[in-house]
Amino acid sequence: MDLSLSTRNVSGPGGDRTVVEVGGEIDVYTAPKLREQLVELVNDGSYHLVVDMEGVDFLDSTGLGVLVGGLKRVRAHEGSLRLVCNQERILKIFRITGLTKVFPIHTTVDEAVAATD
Amino acid sequence: MPTVELRFSAQPEHVRTARLVAAAVARRAGVDEAVLDEVRLAVGEACSRAVGLHRSHDITAPVTVVLIEEEKAFSIEVGDAVPGPGDNTSLPGRFRGAGGGPETDADSEDEMGLAVISGLVDDVEVRSATDGGVIRMSWPTTPAVVAP
Repeated sequence: MDLSLSTRNVSGPGGDRTVVEVGGEIDVYTAPKLREQLVELVNDGSYHLVVDMEGVDFLDSTGLGVLVGGLKRVRAHEGSLRLVCNQERILKIFRITGLTKVFPIHTTVDEAVAATD
Repeated sequence: MPTVELRFSAQPEHVRTARLVAAAVARRAGVDEAVLDEVRLAVGEACSRAVGLHRSHDITAPVTVVLIEEEKAFSIEVGDAVPGPGDNTSLPGRFRGAGGGPETDADSEDEMGLAVISGLVDDVEVRSATDGGVIRMSWPTTPAVVAP
């Protein structure tokens, strides 16, 4: 299954958030598309991103690298990158790489959009 | 010792194929269903890493994946054709040492891949020889049931 991407803007208590809904497999082949999308959003001035990973079937270290790259970019603009994920097999990859300490991970998009810390 | 061997040109789009084949053979070999996700991820990491190494070293030889069904274990060997010093030094080290340059994005992706593999797989061995490197990973299997 290929990667699917869609974005929408949502207003939260902390201001506008851009929700990036990701579906399918994020691997060495598809990760560049996600990278392009995140770079484009930041270049267009969207510095507060919520990446919804509920539709993701597979994530590898290339995908992690893209998310870390996205985080670096938004932080350069004092922005934020929050993840939405409840899938144990995806969460496990964040845990074994220590990235649960780097990314705020939420259980719902609403919760991620509402977060202001 | 039934074996399935796969060779693919170093293109990112083929890594998914390798994952699917490895998971199918692992399931047949009796690897626990709960562990198949780990097999899929680990073999994907090893193949992505090999593809990256071949591309960065302009190597046209294929990446090899050998799936070995043993009596009580299932092993996967992912081989690259990037020459190492042959003294079994750790793989990321051999490249940084050889190039002498600063750490690049490719290096850190390489290390992230290896970090995921070592976090996932208890039984993993990384070898480097003058004719290429091999990552060997093994999982225990449960006695085979009658295949449908």
